[in-house]
Amino acid sequence: MVFMQSLTLESATEKSVVWPRLLPRLHVKAFTGGVIVLLFIIIGIIGPSIAPFDPNKQELTAMMKAPAGIGAPHSLGTDNLGRDILSRVIYGSRVSLLVAFAVVFVSGFIGIALGAISGYFGGKVDFVIQKLVEVVWAFPPLLLGITIMAFLGQGLFNLILALVAQRWIPYCRVVRGQTLSLRNRDFVTAAQCLGASNRQIITRHIIPNLIQTSLVIGTFAMASSIIAEASLSFLGVGVPPEIPTWGTMLADARIYISTAWWLPLFPGLCIFVTVLGINLLGDALRDILDPRLKRSGAKI
Amino acid sequence: MVSYLVHRLAGTLPVLLLISFLVFSLIHAAPGDPTLLLLGEETNAADIARAKERWGLDQPLYVQYLKFVRAAAAGDFGKSFKYAEPVINVIKTRLPATIELAVFAIIIASLLAIPLGVWAGAKPNSWIDNLGTTFGLFGISMPSFWLAIMLILLLAGVLNVLPTSGRSTYGVAGPEQTGFYLFDSIMQKNWAAVWDGLTHIFLPALALGMNMLGILMRVTRSSILEVMNEDYVQTARAKGLQEKNVVWRHVTSNALIPVITVVGLELGTLLSGSIIVETVFAWPGSGSLLITALNARDYPLVTGIVMTYTLAFVAINLIIDGLYAVVDPRIRY
Repeated sequence: MVFMQSLTLESATEKSVVWPRLLPRLHVKAFTGGVIVLLFIIIGIIGPSIAPFDPNKQELTAMMKAPAGIGAPHSLGTDNLGRDILSRVIYGSRVSLLVAFAVVFVSGFIGIALGAISGYFGGKVDFVIQKLVEVVWAFPPLLLGITIMAFLGQGLFNLILALVAQRWIPYCRVVRGQTLSLRNRDFVTAAQCLGASNRQIITRHIIPNLIQTSLVIGTFAMASSIIAEASLSFLGVGVPPEIPTWGTMLADARIYISTAWWLPLFPGLCIFVTVLGINLLGDALRDILDPRLKRSGAKI
Repeated sequence: MVSYLVHRLAGTLPVLLLISFLVFSLIHAAPGDPTLLLLGEETNAADIARAKERWGLDQPLYVQYLKFVRAAAAGDFGKSFKYAEPVINVIKTRLPATIELAVFAIIIASLLAIPLGVWAGAKPNSWIDNLGTTFGLFGISMPSFWLAIMLILLLAGVLNVLPTSGRSTYGVAGPEQTGFYLFDSIMQKNWAAVWDGLTHIFLPALALGMNMLGILMRVTRSSILEVMNEDYVQTARAKGLQEKNVVWRHVTSNALIPVITVVGLELGTLLSGSIIVETVFAWPGSGSLLITALNARDYPLVTGIVMTYTLAFVAINLIIDGLYAVVDPRIRY
């Protein structure tokens, strides 16, 4: 537990000074972001019990109904097939958040592992991993996703795969850089002297020190995953059309823009507000965790 | 500098080769037979065999790949299944529209973002800072295609002031020379066509540039904030320079280096964003062409577009690295 000691020793002095000073100014951002994200997570989890209708139920007598306001049967209106927009938006949050969480965790796992290995061992391993990073990074974002989806076919699993394909890279790059400096620190040398294996050093001494940074990267990766998922679904290469998501709803709405404003408005608003919430949370996290910004008193 | 660039170019080659391999294998791992899709389900076996032979689809995959690499190195991506024309020609006719759109998006984003970012960074926690920060946050949180739809809804649908699809009104533009409509129209002094082109490009460019605007604004602001604490800024103030001159001459020129990197990095996002924005606005560029090609399983065309985009992205990154040296005299390769 050498790293724990060094970690607590270092941060103990800072913690007492920094937290009280930063929190009052940051809490608005963190709080707003947190509430928004939490709200959508709750909606996603309890979705089926609060959705007034089956999201796929077509009610042909109630097609293209304008939003009727709170309390009315179709408070956010219906689409061209008479499906309830509110229910579809609620169900859509499940898929969007599920995909985003899955992408963040899988890519985080791959990125942190490869980054730590790359930085810790150096040499040939580092060279191979960094070449891989270079190749994957040479694709314009989203284009790789579109290509993978177009050729593997629609589906949740393929979608997560297509999004993970590039999102592990930011983790990998940052983690590698930090590992390079961490591996020469005293607590790593101490662990080596005590006979710890490389695997033990990486998993128990290096990776715990990378969690803070990875958390910040993860928040922004989550925001970008939600937008990317919606973009792919919008282009018709995301989730299958029978699953309601914010992206597929927007795609369906495209041809009715001039006649039914409520079709594109609500799903898009959901994407926007969720991503805004995550970005607010990410900003706040970075303000708290990034020592460079702490020093300059900057607030991004 | 030259040796550095040569070194970087040489390093890019294997990357490009690997990319071509990745794209090629992805495309050929895809379900769905392109011959069936193009010729229809009722085609007889002899026709299918003939079509496969003509397009080289009957040969083993590695032969197809080697042929592909050799031809691609010479700029030849084969013939498009759908358009029955060389892929490179199809892309050439559509690429100018995408470049024009991207350039306009960058112009809109930079013109708004950099002054706003400098202003916000120079006066942290003021009202302009709060406004700019909020604006920047909105910019990065807004999906471009939703913004595009909302812009169409508002400016074109309700207010009915701007066209929502295509690059020009039929018959207004003069004969095409370079493919860049605005450039052509200016050269021909056809001011009606220039105005027409501007009204057509404004909404898609705004939708496409919004994300970049948000990011640029945030990066400019934080970069300015950081430079503001440097000693030489204090020195400039101590010399009695006006704050305006301190900010614009001493701070901004030094703070713009990370901003340039971000412009470069964001160009990739812009390229991908153009795929969606072009689809929404029926903009006849290479992005909407990609979606058409994907739906038709036009392998050579898809490969051609993906390779073109990737090549452009790699080239842009190289140029950005070169630009560093121009902007920051301290950097020498």
